[in-house]
Amino acid sequence: MRAAGSIGAAATRPRSRAGASSFRSLAARKGLPYALIAPATVVILGVLGWPLLDLLYLSTQHYGLRELFQHQGRFVGLQNFATILTDPQFKYAVEVTVIFTAVNVALSMTLATIIALLMERVSSFVRVLLGAGLVFVWATPVIPAIDLWQWMFDYEFGVINWLLTKIGAGNYIHHNWFENPVQGFTVITIVVVWGAIPFLALTLHAGLTQVPRELVEAAQIDGARARQIFTNVTLPTLKPLLLVLLSLSTIWDFQVFNQIWVMLNQRPNENYYVMSVFSFQESFRVSQYGLGSAVAVVMVAILIVISFFYVRQTVRSINEAGA
Amino acid sequence: MRRTGLRVFYDAAGLLIFAVMIFPIYWMVTTALKPGKEILSLDPYWFPAPATFDNFISAMQVPFFWNDVVNSLTVVLSVVAISIVVSFLAAVAVARFGFRGRTAFIVMVIGVQMVPLNALVIPIYLLLDSVGQVDSLIGVIAYYLAVVLPFMVWTLRGFVHNIPTDLEEAAMVDGASRVGAFMRIVFPLVAPGLVATAIFGFIQAWNEYIIAYVLLSSSSKQTLTIWLASFTTQHGTDWGGLMAGATLTSLPVVVFFLLVQRRVAGGLTAGAVKG
Repeated sequence: MRAAGSIGAAATRPRSRAGASSFRSLAARKGLPYALIAPATVVILGVLGWPLLDLLYLSTQHYGLRELFQHQGRFVGLQNFATILTDPQFKYAVEVTVIFTAVNVALSMTLATIIALLMERVSSFVRVLLGAGLVFVWATPVIPAIDLWQWMFDYEFGVINWLLTKIGAGNYIHHNWFENPVQGFTVITIVVVWGAIPFLALTLHAGLTQVPRELVEAAQIDGARARQIFTNVTLPTLKPLLLVLLSLSTIWDFQVFNQIWVMLNQRPNENYYVMSVFSFQESFRVSQYGLGSAVAVVMVAILIVISFFYVRQTVRSINEAGA
Repeated sequence: MRRTGLRVFYDAAGLLIFAVMIFPIYWMVTTALKPGKEILSLDPYWFPAPATFDNFISAMQVPFFWNDVVNSLTVVLSVVAISIVVSFLAAVAVARFGFRGRTAFIVMVIGVQMVPLNALVIPIYLLLDSVGQVDSLIGVIAYYLAVVLPFMVWTLRGFVHNIPTDLEEAAMVDGASRVGAFMRIVFPLVAPGLVATAIFGFIQAWNEYIIAYVLLSSSSKQTLTIWLASFTTQHGTDWGGLMAGATLTSLPVVVFFLLVQRRVAGGLTAGAVKG
């Protein structure tokens, strides 16, 4: 705010000629920011906002194959929601999604924190190596990453089955990981957590370097133990960052789709219907777009609640920074 | 004594984590370089004994590979060209002006990044279907634009914000016009940020899967992330070809990402890191 004001003052100073023209420049200055954000607003509202409203509208429609050909749904009120709420498959999808999200968020956050703390304690050679490795994993696009894990867990020639058999964890020769959904979700969790760790660990590591050294030293002089320093100095400093990463992870893991879809060769069976997959299948496989939209609306509603904290924290920090 | 012991332990743990994290990528690249019988072997070969480029050559000969390379580039470059201009304008507005509705705009930009694309793909498909634009790159470009814009506005805002306004004011005191001061002082300083943001937009659009998967049904229209599925048929998966394809698809992204990672990575957590 302050920055904008001072720029405006400097701009008008050498130019204040007649009253009329300075009035016009004032009007132009007032309109300018709106002109600047107009294209972005049009694109975001037109291309994302409109479908979002349309999704809400579709969730009140019966929209099957016939309606698809006519490009016109039939209004059924809240019947779609009533249908999914009594559908055991939907109940299963919600439960699995919640468990999957909780496990993935907990695992990625814990492992990332451990790695970030470890990076502070290793020799500089190992730190550089580990940092470079994390950046490489982070850079790997998600679809190739899923494909390579699919190969590692292949039932016939996968290196994981070979390794597990070799170290005596049991007989994993020709073991199909996706027959049992718990094992299947374990594999998917490994893929998701592996992909999530680099961003989280490197961000946390960057955050750790901002913990004031004087505070740590003062605590040491006062005789605090390592664990006391961690809980009383490090954690409070990192808390805002941890909360933001926690909400981002929850938002991302809640809507995991690609990992399940590609890992199971685009044909996941009903055991693998998390909410995103369920909504997709209802729409594009069974051609019940109204029901699929209703599931998606529930997902979006839950995500809005989860995102609230993140958005509020981020907006607040910008307004405090003054720009 | 205890200290060095601890340091050795930490270093060993760090090396182990490094090995576990990087091994899948190593395995992807080396599998791509192995001849068929070393890939389909019950005991794994840790190195490609005679390294071969056969898998890469056959991957490039899969029908529609070059077609899909052109599609990916068309989509991604159009998206980046348009979005960099649009997002820069918006970023200047947010970083340099206080105006009514600014907070609402910021909330919108941050908020839409949280909306799941696999929820939006249903109305998007039906909308484009009703105007006969399913299976056209135009529809995909429009949606990718909206997908990358919020993040780009957000990242660029940071870059513009970091350039002191004193510089512009000094130029204007010396007689430069407002636009002149902006073009001659601010623009050169923000240029590296623009390049970094553009590359990040490139990566996001290049990696996108679900919109392309739903909208682009014909092989001649598909992008590379969708093309990768063509290595899996009813008869099984051509692992060598798939790993070569995955390596090829990843390569431009990894190179670009290594260039810009340090500059752009802070964007998402701007709310929590002071600086």
